[in-house]
Amino acid sequence: MLSIDPVTLIVALIAASTPILLAAIGELVVERAGVLNLGVEGMMIMGAVFGFIVAINSGSPALGFVAGAVGGAGLALIFGFLTQVLLSNQVATGLALTLFGLGLAALLGVPYAGLSAPLTGDLFPAALSSIPVAGPILFSHDIIVYLSVLLVAAVWFVLTRTRAGLILRAVGESHDAAHALGYKVVRIRLLAIMFGGACAGLGGAYLSLVRVPSWTEGMTAGAGWIALALVVFASWKPWRVLIGAYLFGGIAALQLRLQAAEVGVPVALLDASPYLVTIIVLVVISSDRRRAALNAPAALGKVFHASR
Amino acid sequence: MKSLTKLLAGAALATSLALPAAAQDDPFKVGFIYVGPVGDYGWTWTHDQGRLAVEAEYGDAVETVFVESVAEGADAERVITQMILGGADMVFTTSFGFGEATNAVAANFPDVLFEHATGYLRETPNVSTYSARFYEGRAVMGHIAGHMTESNIVGYIASYPIPEVIRGINSAFLHAREVNPDVEFRIVWAYTWFDPAIEADAAQALVDAGADVILQHTDSTAPMTVLAEAGAYGFGQASDMIQFAPAPRLSAITDEWADYYIRRVGEAMDGTWTQSDTWEGISDGMVGIGEMTNAIPEEVRASAAALRDSISAGTYHPFTGPINRQDGSVWLADGEVAEDGALLGMGFYVEGITGDVPN
Repeated sequence: MLSIDPVTLIVALIAASTPILLAAIGELVVERAGVLNLGVEGMMIMGAVFGFIVAINSGSPALGFVAGAVGGAGLALIFGFLTQVLLSNQVATGLALTLFGLGLAALLGVPYAGLSAPLTGDLFPAALSSIPVAGPILFSHDIIVYLSVLLVAAVWFVLTRTRAGLILRAVGESHDAAHALGYKVVRIRLLAIMFGGACAGLGGAYLSLVRVPSWTEGMTAGAGWIALALVVFASWKPWRVLIGAYLFGGIAALQLRLQAAEVGVPVALLDASPYLVTIIVLVVISSDRRRAALNAPAALGKVFHASR
Repeated sequence: MKSLTKLLAGAALATSLALPAAAQDDPFKVGFIYVGPVGDYGWTWTHDQGRLAVEAEYGDAVETVFVESVAEGADAERVITQMILGGADMVFTTSFGFGEATNAVAANFPDVLFEHATGYLRETPNVSTYSARFYEGRAVMGHIAGHMTESNIVGYIASYPIPEVIRGINSAFLHAREVNPDVEFRIVWAYTWFDPAIEADAAQALVDAGADVILQHTDSTAPMTVLAEAGAYGFGQASDMIQFAPAPRLSAITDEWADYYIRRVGEAMDGTWTQSDTWEGISDGMVGIGEMTNAIPEEVRASAAALRDSISAGTYHPFTGPINRQDGSVWLADGEVAEDGALLGMGFYVEGITGDVPN
């Protein structure tokens, strides 16, 4: 253990966690509005390819991040139209969205394979990031990392402390009641879906512009599914998403470093531990009916039709 | 979770391939099952280049189809079956983990010919296996790595603990040690063939642990990008990865499947195909050594080329004794050359490598 530098570990942990954190906080808002969008993986990869294409062509990573968010939101809008306007099944549509996103991203990305993304540059002056310990941990990241943490705080604040959040949660708990009160259920859900898509797209763009940083077909490699699991793991609470994401990312970063330092640990067990923890959390929250009901939005995944 | 996406992707693709059964005079249909996306610029990309070479060679006489990103394991069985029901007369399954599925399907379709890459199972006469002697290329990469490292720590991104990968580690290590007695290997098992984010993280973890030259046995170019930023060196894997030359990419082990695929498809079409177990290396052209860039000192380039040529000419075998196992026991006596059988089942590290092979 001594041969692992905790500072580089924490830096790597934060980088590894940010894409799934962004995707998960977006999906949390979508699910709190009562919509289950299983297309996170597809939206992430769209964000990755859109962000990469725009960053390469414009030379600006910042524009790339914006494009990534727009790409994710655009794909989410298709999902929103199908499920909210045409009332298709959310599970099937979400899965289809993932397949569609993976395929379309592969097609769009063909001319860009093997190129390197423009560097994002340092956000803070070297004087700050070279402070021992605190410098690399706090000041060495990309703007998206700070944005992701701010986003968690903002989502928590809006959901629990504002009227808009109350309405969103009302729509997610009982769309019929919210509708009867005069709230525009479909419009609110569409906005939530697009927010979720933008977050997933931003997470994808972070992957292709900062973490890897190049475009490779299928590069999300299941991160979207981890984000989905994370929302359940966090029992739909924003701060728990942050903890969960850093836990998942932390274990991934730690196990690679344990191997590089030649510490004898069963790697497969460590690798599986986030999923084991998810299963345990699921068992615990579903063991008590009231607790489960408290956490999962009551109208999650249900189709809303105003005439009924 | 990861396998779910692959399963679904496979299902969708396989469904689209399920065209009506071919008539008698239709072109000879050859199917390819890939473990990653054709755009990985690594392993799967090189197999797809082989597929394209088959198309170019035989023109209208053949038709090729492929399914990419197929999960290893039981699901592959369904995808292969689907491909045959779609009219495939011959199927290439291009990853180790497709072995059992390939043989299971082959037993059901005795008239279809199967070619399984890097495998060893040939349960029915219609299954052949083929692989390349990648360890020959690894020897050359290890030689260069041993010369180039200044920290004397060479990192190795490994995929799964199977003989193929362990053999590559041993070969690279032996030839790095040969030119640099102080060199150490740090090995990270990624437990994936293709996951750019994990591969990049693994490269970063190795760089953080002090490695300044890294070899990879995974399929994406992600480690290269990390190495470029860290100022460390690496080697192209499967494909040339020339876009990262002259540094971090110093050279590459390239997989050249085209000749084999053209030969086997030709034999299948004229009825001379028989079951075989092919294992070819540098001399047959199945393993290529990518251009060595001028980031490598000239004398090292010359010695590496000499090593490559002696392997190609058959005058030197990368596993020539004396070689001890990790625990110090004798594996090969002085001058003894490893037999193919022992190499194919290699499950141990050679002496000098620290750490354990995961089980």
